[in-house]
Amino acid sequence: MADTAHHYDETMPLEYRTEESRLNILGFWIFLGAEVALFATLFATYLVLFQRTGHGPTTADLFEIKDVMIETLLLLTSSFTCGLAVFEMRRRRLTGLLVWLLVTLLLGAGFITFEVREFIHYVHEGATIQTSAFLSSFFVLVGTHGAHVSLGIGWMTLIIIQLLQRGFTPRTARKVFIVSLYWHFLDVVWIFIFTLVYLTGMVM
Amino acid sequence: MKWSEFFVTGEPLIYAADVSIVLTMIGIVFVLTYFKKWKWLWNEWLTTVDHKKIGVMYIISAVLMLFRGGVDALLMRAQLTAPNMKFLDSQHYNEIFTTHGTIMILFMAMPFIIGLMNIVVPLQIGARDVAYPYLNAISFWLFFVGAMLFNIAFVIGGSPDAGWTAYFPLAGNEFSPGVGNNYYAVALQISGIGTLMTGINFLVTILKMRAPGMTLMRMPMFTWTILITCVLIIFAFPVLTVALALMTFDRLFDTQFFTMANGGMSMLWANLFWIWGHPEVYIVILPSFGIFSEVVSTFARKRLFGYKAMVYSIVGIAFLSFIVWVHHFFTMGAGAAVNSFFSITTMAIAVPTGVKIFNWLFTLRKGRIRFTTAMLWSLAFIPNFVIGGVTGVMLAMAAADYQYHNSYFLIAHFHYVLIAGTVFACFAGLHYWYPKMFGHILNERLGKWTFWLFMIGFNICFFPMYFLGLMGMTRRMYTYSAGLGWTPLNVVASVGAALMGIGFIVLCYNIYYSARYGERDMTGDPWDGRTLEWATSSPVAHYNFAVIPEVKDLDAYWEMKKSGKGFEIDEEKLKPIHMPSNSGRPFLISIAFFFAGFGLVFKWFTLAIIAAVFIILGLILRSFDDDDGYYISVDEIKRTERLTGKGA
Repeated sequence: MADTAHHYDETMPLEYRTEESRLNILGFWIFLGAEVALFATLFATYLVLFQRTGHGPTTADLFEIKDVMIETLLLLTSSFTCGLAVFEMRRRRLTGLLVWLLVTLLLGAGFITFEVREFIHYVHEGATIQTSAFLSSFFVLVGTHGAHVSLGIGWMTLIIIQLLQRGFTPRTARKVFIVSLYWHFLDVVWIFIFTLVYLTGMVM
Repeated sequence: MKWSEFFVTGEPLIYAADVSIVLTMIGIVFVLTYFKKWKWLWNEWLTTVDHKKIGVMYIISAVLMLFRGGVDALLMRAQLTAPNMKFLDSQHYNEIFTTHGTIMILFMAMPFIIGLMNIVVPLQIGARDVAYPYLNAISFWLFFVGAMLFNIAFVIGGSPDAGWTAYFPLAGNEFSPGVGNNYYAVALQISGIGTLMTGINFLVTILKMRAPGMTLMRMPMFTWTILITCVLIIFAFPVLTVALALMTFDRLFDTQFFTMANGGMSMLWANLFWIWGHPEVYIVILPSFGIFSEVVSTFARKRLFGYKAMVYSIVGIAFLSFIVWVHHFFTMGAGAAVNSFFSITTMAIAVPTGVKIFNWLFTLRKGRIRFTTAMLWSLAFIPNFVIGGVTGVMLAMAAADYQYHNSYFLIAHFHYVLIAGTVFACFAGLHYWYPKMFGHILNERLGKWTFWLFMIGFNICFFPMYFLGLMGMTRRMYTYSAGLGWTPLNVVASVGAALMGIGFIVLCYNIYYSARYGERDMTGDPWDGRTLEWATSSPVAHYNFAVIPEVKDLDAYWEMKKSGKGFEIDEEKLKPIHMPSNSGRPFLISIAFFFAGFGLVFKWFTLAIIAAVFIILGLILRSFDDDDGYYISVDEIKRTERLTGKGA
């Protein structure tokens, strides 16, 4: 266990000040490395299976670019506002941090709402997770990302509550920073989903 | 669901197992109650976040699983001893080879290695605990409940029966109805999450918590192998996570990933499984190389020969381990070009491995060798592992593999690398570090009995299998006819298996005997060791090091001893030591995981959802938990250090 008392470093940003925080942030980066491997496997699975549509619809039959564009804009904007939140944290403005976190959270919730609508729409058209290998891999890949975003929303809510209770401490600052790493990562994953699943699917 | 479907019925062996499980559980409850040990169990073990105790729990679990997997093995050998045996029917035989393989790899070899690394790595790098002690407890308990979930399958619901590789379409709903393979998917998933967390935990620990002066190139070799193993875990286990998740979806929700219709692709499973599965082999063998390096160097009383070459070859092996997976299915339809590529990468692994073998041999050269039990295991490893390795290169030739594939030649090969590599290493490490865990030495005389019985038994058991394979005996066949001429070698193999079983019993007796009569280790350094773990007392104090040592060279403790001072603790320099608090939450969250998994296995989704709610509740409570741990006072450190004789 890190000797927290003796490694307090005033020169660092608040989230990096204690040894425990530095360890946790590094650990989270490594965890994101594992997440890269996880999503890479899901993408590989999708790319192997996406033309294996059986009797079900193909990508071109299915995707509607409008909903997907709205989702994309919501999520990319939320990544920007999440960056603003950390920026406000560095300036030690609690209100600004809370406001931008809340905006991020709402944009994330908007993304999830549209994604769920999209999924329901597909299911109504008879394209379910059981229809074909393509649809199984589509729902699991995009759904895993959506589950990550949903988890992020819950996590961020907990951190907002802790910020309201405790204000800026090395620990709350570290939590904000780590959840922001997570959020940006999900944004990156979405860019790959948007390109490799939706855009490729519309063209091919 | 009827009770007769819930419990496995119809086999006398299973009823005997039912009775023994119930009796064991009653026995445990009785002993804990009679000796008033419940509180002790909770405070000292179930809630602990101490890496040493977690390591001990890993090793106890691994030995239990070695027993279970070993019984499976003996049942298989009993069935195969003579032609046309009626001891096990084909279905039961399928179940037993499936659980044997899965348990031995995932619930025996991995936890044994992870247990040793839990105990040793923080001590070797001069740290007081791992980076995330709480997470470490979660890792252990997730592994443990995963193992328990897998182990109850054979009495509740039915064992998985599609082989430890669980290839589709065999493992799909169509050919494997029933819950057996659900157990496989869910139990491995739960313990796999724990393993991934361990990988992250130890990578950060090794990168960030080394004692001052310990550069990467001054790390003990065991720590080096663990560092690389963690990287393998971090990139390999997510693939297993996904593969198992897709399997779960296919089995529980009728998706089409690996099915025969609607576009599904069963080969995708084989690829995903082995993209994890091959690095997995190196996850259990690299730490073993590390253990042998420590033991050989200590008992040859020489610095490890070719330290840098050792490091580079581990890194090389780790890299290559990700690009050889197709060699597990050369015969399953890949073209000549693909097979050639994977054939060459596979053979290339022999090069860094060979470098390591020569390094061990040169470490021995002109060493003043002491033949302790740990050293015997390490010395026996070298020739036995080379037999396994060379036959591995034979299998690596894709064209020739069409002859060897799925025969007993393959069985012999991978038992020669996994037993002579990993199991020998686990036994060597157990004997070597036992004083650090319990404060006494495992009896050497009994240890050598175990060694000779097990090592000779191992060769008698598996060497004939190379020939059985060449004579055409294929793996996973549950019986054979007398005219094939396989009987004599099968009898020999079964005799060897029995000897290994006896060796295991002697080992268990040794653990009991040594606890009662074993030589206590008063010095903390019974083997005249070279690395920092021997600078601590035996058993190690809760906080490991009263003062963090300064490292000036490789073999840090050896250099301290050579300079005539040893590792001295200046009482003036003592400061209060910060330690993390115990927590019961990892245990309780893992129990919730068990029920969530159980619910998924039987498609009792209400149970699964309720358990999931408890898991999330546990995570929320953790998020709001601001327990900062506690400090051990200087007075208490002084008292402890004087008691163990390490203090001034």
